[in-house]
Amino acid sequence: MNIGLFIPCYVDQFYPQVGIASLELLQNLGCKVHYPMQQSCCGQPMANAGFEKDAIPTYEHFVRTFSSYDYIVAPSGSCTYHVRKHYDLLPQSQEVMHVRERSLDLAEFLVDVMKLDKIESRFPHKVGLHQSCHGLRGLRLASGSERVQSSFSKIRDVLNLVDEIEFVELDRQDECCGFGGTFAVNEEAISVKMGKDRIQDHKSKGAEVIVAGDMSCLMHLEGIMRRNKENIPVRHFVEILNGTQL
Amino acid sequence: MSKHPQKAADFIANEARTDWHDQSLWVVREKRDKLAKGIAEWEELRELASQIKDHTLSHLDHYLEEFEKNALANGVQVHWAKDAETHNHIVHDILQKQKVRRLVKSKSMLTEECGLNPFLEKQGIEIIDTDLGERIIQLKDEPPSHIVMPAIHLKKEEIGELFHEKLQTEKGATDPQYLTEAARQHLRSHFLQADAALSGVNFAVAETGGVTVCTNEGNADMGIHLAPVQIHCMGLEKVIPRQKDLGVFTRLLARSATGQPITIYTSHHLKPKPGGEMHIVIVDNGRSEQLGREDFRNSLKCIRCGACMNTCPIYRRSGGHSYDYTVPGPIGSILTPGKDLKKYSDLPFASTLCGSCTDVCPVKIDIHQQLYKWRQIIAEEGHLPKAKAREMSMAAKVLSSPKAYRRATKWMRRLMRFLPRPLLYLNRNVWGKQRELPQVPRQTFKDWYKHEGNES
Repeated sequence: MNIGLFIPCYVDQFYPQVGIASLELLQNLGCKVHYPMQQSCCGQPMANAGFEKDAIPTYEHFVRTFSSYDYIVAPSGSCTYHVRKHYDLLPQSQEVMHVRERSLDLAEFLVDVMKLDKIESRFPHKVGLHQSCHGLRGLRLASGSERVQSSFSKIRDVLNLVDEIEFVELDRQDECCGFGGTFAVNEEAISVKMGKDRIQDHKSKGAEVIVAGDMSCLMHLEGIMRRNKENIPVRHFVEILNGTQL
Repeated sequence: MSKHPQKAADFIANEARTDWHDQSLWVVREKRDKLAKGIAEWEELRELASQIKDHTLSHLDHYLEEFEKNALANGVQVHWAKDAETHNHIVHDILQKQKVRRLVKSKSMLTEECGLNPFLEKQGIEIIDTDLGERIIQLKDEPPSHIVMPAIHLKKEEIGELFHEKLQTEKGATDPQYLTEAARQHLRSHFLQADAALSGVNFAVAETGGVTVCTNEGNADMGIHLAPVQIHCMGLEKVIPRQKDLGVFTRLLARSATGQPITIYTSHHLKPKPGGEMHIVIVDNGRSEQLGREDFRNSLKCIRCGACMNTCPIYRRSGGHSYDYTVPGPIGSILTPGKDLKKYSDLPFASTLCGSCTDVCPVKIDIHQQLYKWRQIIAEEGHLPKAKAREMSMAAKVLSSPKAYRRATKWMRRLMRFLPRPLLYLNRNVWGKQRELPQVPRQTFKDWYKHEGNES
């Protein structure tokens, strides 16, 4: 099984530790992982801003880069969702269909493909889990509070394998953080207000760290907390799985 | 492009009020969750409702004709209005023929959409909204901020003050029961004097030619039973095929709207009362055009429960007036661009595409997907600022070429690391107004992989 590791552009630039943890974790689990150097982005920033057609060359570049792998794994529900959902714009060649079907968020890959049931890791802290919307409702990584179904969360399931980890229960378990890509700038006031409210929920429940499957949500929340001198650290769940301590 | 963002920012400037508004609606959303979870087959019910609506919309001409035929057979007078103006004239003609001077009205966002009140007032007809929330905003001379709870943006203190001024209640009174009783007494005299009653329609049943009106206050019924002339105005998408389909929708509607098992009054009007007149006005006003837009026709399934507003984190924090349309929130943001793409070009962007609206929708309208699609059309038709289009086309070039990506990110990282703070946080940096930029690490993942990752 040959895995192509997709590290989203902003993770590459600002959160290399998340990429490193993803690579190391997958390797430690015995996977053959390769990081194609020519990769850039999934094209979501342009598409969500209304410039989907401008994003086509980026989509094509993504497909060229990743079509030879058995799975394309990314530590981002949002980018994975974009590839799966919005690459319908391309002519559906074998390569495109393969890339769309085999792009998996890391949590999905660990739960559905690897059937991960144990991990050597310890994290003795109270964790607030932020479910990113695209992962939650796009990829169905967890049950959303709107739907009537039995409750589940793939990210929580893998984190539960970590020793001594404890979760806080939020008032609004799956409310959006307010990032939303270009929304964060287009609707600055409301984006920040949503972020502040999200942080307050975690804070009031005593979260020592805010954890998510998408660094974009965390980049936004961290940006607000640093400005307001609030010091709840943020982590991608893969960092915790891979043994990073606070 | 600065309309919704600006109005949202103005609303949020009073943060305590925003929190109160957000929390009030969240309570409704939680009530809805509790009630929905009480029905094991909720998701199947949504699917069924969605399919009934799909079926009806693809045979709309057939069901509307069947509805008209059966209504006529029941002795109802049926009118067709292609737009808001025609609708207003039809209503006015009915009133004029019967020499109606006083009209009581209930439960109609459609007449709000058509601007009926100001039109009739100009013709010298007294028109009184009888739903409590509607009456409050009518007294305040404001548009509704929500389709189910039109005065949800007002606090009880503000209503107390308004009632003191308009209905001579005690100054400083805020007790909801006292205020409601005052409104009740005030409305009673209007009910007794009205010559005609107008209501909206929740569902129109093709099979029977009857209309169903769901209310919690009983005011629509009071008006309709008392006045000799009754008028029901409906958008043409309100029709459903059979009487037995009604149960599917009434189970979903009240639960989704207010977290009630059913509305207090679910009234079915089939034919005129003895000696009375019953009119039904079927209104298009842009609906058939929307029906012709394949990507957006789904929006016509809407049963106006307002659940998407209550769940929307943006609506809750920006208030309904920020959308500047009768139907605000997520559903409004997909209805409005079809009405005026330029005027409402900001609304499909007033969303993080979080998808909560789609999952809460009782008839499974793919709201956030439609928002995404409108964005593409709005950009393509040139309704976004030119600077934005340039930025995006540049980003597209950079992100599709590994070489350009490397060059651009190198520069960006340098700027972010070495630019002095006052320059980095200039006004143009909107991100940085209330947020720090991410810290720039010593090396990117790509650099690390090139030097170390490959060896491990």
